[in-house]
Order: sequence, then structure tokens, then C-alpha cells
Amino acid sequence: MDDAAARPALVEITSVTKTYRMGDVDVHALRGVTLRIGEGEFAAVMGASGSGKSTLMNILGCLDRPSTGEYFLDGAEVSRLDADALAEMRSQTLGFVFQSFNLLARTTALENVELPLVYTGLRPALRRARAKEALERVGLGERLHHHPSQLSGGQQQRVAIARALVNRPRLILADEPTGNLDSHASLEMMALLQQLGDEGMTIVLVTHEPDIAAHARRVILVRDGLIEDDRWTQAPRQAERPAAHVRVAAP
Amino acid sequence: MRVGDVVRVAGRALLRNKLRSFLTALGIIIGVAAVIAMVAIGEGARARVEQAFASMGTNVLIVSSGAKTAGGAKAGAGTLPTLTWDDLRAIKSDVADVKFVAPRVHTTGQVVAEDRNWLTVIDGTTPEFFEIRNWPMRLGPGLTPEQADSGAKVVVLGQTVAERLFGANSDPTGQIVRIQNVPFQVAGVAERKGQSAGGGDYDDVVFVPVTTFLAKIQGGLQKFIPGTIMIEVDSDEQTTAIADKVAALLRDRHGIAIGGEDDFSIKNLTETASRKEESTQALTMLLASIAAVSLLVGGIGIMNIMLVSVTERTREIGVRVAVGAKRRHILLQFLAEALALSLAGGLMGVALGLLAAERLAVRFGWPMLIRPEVIALAVGFSAAVGIGFGLYPARKASRLDPIMALRYE
Repeated sequence: MDDAAARPALVEITSVTKTYRMGDVDVHALRGVTLRIGEGEFAAVMGASGSGKSTLMNILGCLDRPSTGEYFLDGAEVSRLDADALAEMRSQTLGFVFQSFNLLARTTALENVELPLVYTGLRPALRRARAKEALERVGLGERLHHHPSQLSGGQQQRVAIARALVNRPRLILADEPTGNLDSHASLEMMALLQQLGDEGMTIVLVTHEPDIAAHARRVILVRDGLIEDDRWTQAPRQAERPAAHVRVAAP
Repeated sequence: MRVGDVVRVAGRALLRNKLRSFLTALGIIIGVAAVIAMVAIGEGARARVEQAFASMGTNVLIVSSGAKTAGGAKAGAGTLPTLTWDDLRAIKSDVADVKFVAPRVHTTGQVVAEDRNWLTVIDGTTPEFFEIRNWPMRLGPGLTPEQADSGAKVVVLGQTVAERLFGANSDPTGQIVRIQNVPFQVAGVAERKGQSAGGGDYDDVVFVPVTTFLAKIQGGLQKFIPGTIMIEVDSDEQTTAIADKVAALLRDRHGIAIGGEDDFSIKNLTETASRKEESTQALTMLLASIAAVSLLVGGIGIMNIMLVSVTERTREIGVRVAVGAKRRHILLQFLAEALALSLAGGLMGVALGLLAAERLAVRFGWPMLIRPEVIALAVGFSAAVGIGFGLYPARKASRLDPIMALRYE
């Protein structure tokens, strides 16, 4: 199929189920999902709301643990780790991008991006330098000291991406990153993610919009807690890169 | 997570809601200020009592005659003369560790100088009296033992009397004053002693030799002392033991059988002083514990606002957890906030308390007494309140489910 299949696995989940108890009823959010994502892949997880894609995302993001099944992330079995060990995993291996940006209000872009490094115990000067570098990478080198309220939605989401990148993660998880953006900013966002993918970053994108999913090389369709379809595209849709990124990407 | 980060995050969170932070800390501010002011009041009162007793003389026993009984009604100590001059001499010679013994008889009378006169207390005593009361002369030699024995017509004036009769800055030594038409030569003016605990003026008094007193001012039975015997013992610890010895001696001399009632009474000033001190100490404790309750209320205020803060910042907590914060990081952050609130409140409370204590000291005219331990205790207690009441909200924050927290609106 694709050379990606031959790549070493970064994410490997086997027969994962997740059952929630809501009152007296058991809700089966995942009913046995097996999935392998190789290093450097750009995969989109698609599904309607209630399909289980958010649960899958939470498990991939080490925010939740599967009820049964195994999860290897970067070679480590994480499905039975305790809260602190999962936090360590999130701190070292993962980067998150959320639909609603989730930046800290009244806090500068630079400090928002620094946040993950605060919990690694890195020296403040080094932290600052890495945060600045990450913001420059997403084209916000001129907006280091702006507060979220002074930035557009697209810019805020780019700050969030810088925050996800700053700890040099192995995997970026983007949960509906374009959900709160207009179409223009959405395309910019996809261009940025594609650029990161081209640079070798492994990205898992969760969305319910086929237009957005079409930018990924692999589309995984989740329905009723199971993977219904797993398709590879040789030529994903290319989002047009805004001038700013071309400039940044240029040597 | 670095200490600097914890402090910075806590400080920023508190400064973001300045008014709210201040109002929350106000409970602690008032609590700590109250503790400090109340303890200062208690200490001031205690110092005042101590001062009062020190001016009466320390290690002092006062022996009074018995009480007259008329139709079953006791007339009070000293109304029935039972103490004799021989008793006084016996105490002097037979009881060990007695430093000074002096008789004291007194009446009130008009003291007349050339053109002024003054109604005052006239004391008849011996020079030892001034030793017992720690009462030196300001001017003149004072009473001598010879004068006391020989019945010389000399008088020592209290400062108030000297001022009334001769003016504020005069030296009346050698002048003549008349007491009941008997001329007395002024042998000295006693140092100013000030106010008594009861509000009286210690310096509104004159002293004459006890022999002269009995011969010229107020006659009495030859054998009995129409007043009291004052005894100073060597040290504090001995007062009670000496009091017992004096009592035993007097019972023996007065021929009182075992089980019989004393025909005299002994007042132990040291004991009275320490009892008074105990009662003011109890007052201090009472005031301080009332103030401590307000500290507790302040702590509850902190807990309340921290719980609100945790709820408001649920999403922030979710983000922090998602980017790698561990439970203890979140716990530490909120604990640091509660601690910062209570410590800041504590320090402001100390400032306010000191100010209040100073005002009170000026108002009541007692020394401002604030022991550093009290300040340390108040600040320490407020910090403990912060940690104690901050722990529950902080734990709650650290146990939030990140998935729920991220979705929280």
C-alpha cells in the first residue's frame, strides 16, 4: 500500500475497549479497536459525534486508560500506567491541540507556549528560548507578548500548536483544531499541520468534516466504537500555504 | 516545577483578582491584628499590675491585729488591737530570714506650713519602713533610727504634700510644719511613688517616727500597736514559709490553742501579686482565644474562595494537566495560593495589630509590650490556617479528571 506501513510503529493499540458507567447503564464507547500508526504519519480520525472518536483520542493522548486491551506508545506499554506516569508521558511524548484553543487568558503567547516546559523543570532562560523558537516556527515571531484576546482565532490556534511543539513531542494530537475557525483560518491551519507532517512529525487529527480530513494521507473512520474504514490517499488535498509560512520555511 | 514558578503562578492568580484577594485576606488580617492587639492589652494590664505591686514592695508580709466582735458582727482586721510591741521585737529576733520589720500606724490630719495647709495621711513608722517599701529620699536625710527611738519631732513629706505646702520646686528640708499644733522639722522629702493600683496617690502622705506619733498625735495603749507590722523577707520563695512561721510565733505568744482562731491576720503581697498576675494571664488567654476564633473564620473564608477559584479555573487545570502537570504540581499551585493569601494577610495583620496596640498603649498609659514570639506565633498560625484550609480545595483541584476539566464551560 504505502511506505508508511513499513515505518516503525509509534502508536500500537490492540483490542482496546472503553466502557463508561453512566448511572445504571454501561456505555460502550470503544468496542475493540486495533490500530497502528507509524512514525511520521499524518492520520485523520473521522466520525460522527458519539462514534467514540473522542474516547479514542483521549486514550491516545494518555488522558484516559482503556478498559481492556493494550496500548504501546513509542514502545512503552501505557495502558496500565498510573496518573503520574501518564502525566510524564504527556509531558515528554505528546502535544495537544484543542478545538477551543485552551490558551490561558491574560497570559502572553510566549508564556502560554512555555507552559509544558514549566512541568519539566527546564531552566527559565532555556524555556523562553525554546518557546520563542516554537512561536517563530508557526509564524508568530512578531506576536510573542500578545495576550490571546489580542490575537485572531487562527493566531490563537497557532499559539496552541507552538505549545504542542515546544516539548519536542513524538506525536501531536489535534482534536477538531479547525472547529472554531473560519474557512480561511482552517485552511491555514491545515497548511501548517501539513508542513509539520512534511517535516516528519506524526500527527493524529480528529475531525468530523470530510473536507478537513481530506488533507491527511490516511483517514480512519470510527463508528459505534469500531473502526469502520481505514483508507490511504496517495495525493491528499494540499492546503495553500500562506506567505508567512513560506517565508519561515525558507532557509 | 521550580519554586520560582510556583510563587509566580500563585502571585499572578492572586493579583488578577486584587479586590477579591484582599477581601479574602481581610479575615486573616483582622484575626492576626486582633490576636496581637489583644495580647498587647493583656500584657499591658499585667505590666500595670506588676508595677503596682512592685511599688508596694516585694516579698512583703503585712500583719494586722484581729477583729473586734460586737454582737456577732466582726468589725474587720485591725479593729481589736492584739499585736504588741513585744510581738514586733519577737518577730525581729526569733524568725530567721526576715530582712526588715517595721510598725505602721496611721491617721489623717491637717498639716500646716507657714501660709498653706493640706489634709493628708499621717504615718507613724520606723526607718525600716522605707527599706521595705523601696522608697528612697529625694531630698534630706530622712528618718534616723535614733529619731525613731527618741520620739524626735521630725517629719518626712511625701512628694504631693511637699508640693502642696512649699510649691513644686522647693526644698523644704529644715522647715517647720505643724501637725495638730505640734511643730515638726522636715527631715526629707520622699521620692515620687506615683499612683496606687486602686487609683490613690502614694505620695499624699507624711511620715513621723512611730514613737512621736503615739506620744503627740494619737495616743494609744502602751502595750499594743494600733496599726500593722510590715515584714520584708529575703526572697520571693520564702514569703509563704515565713508567713507560716510568723503565724506560729504569734499564736504561741498570744496563747491560742490548736484549732483556735487567729487573733491577727497576715497578708502575703507576693501571693496576692502572683494571683493577680494569674488572673490577668487568664484574661490574656481569653482575649487571645477569642481573637484566634476570628483567625479560624478567616481560614474558612480562604477555603471558600479557593473552592470558587478551583471551579472557575477548571479549564486551566485541565490544560495544565494535558500538557504534563502532575497531581502534585496542581496541588502545590493551589496550596501556594492559599498560603500566599494567608501569609500576606498575616503580615498585614501584624502591621495593623502593632498600630492598634500602640494606640491602645498610649490611650491607657501602659507600656507597649509585644513579644516577638506573639508575632511569630500569629504569622505561623495564619500560615497554618492557609495550608490547613487550602488543602481541601487544592486536593480537589489535583484530582479533577482532565477530560472533564477540558470540556468544562
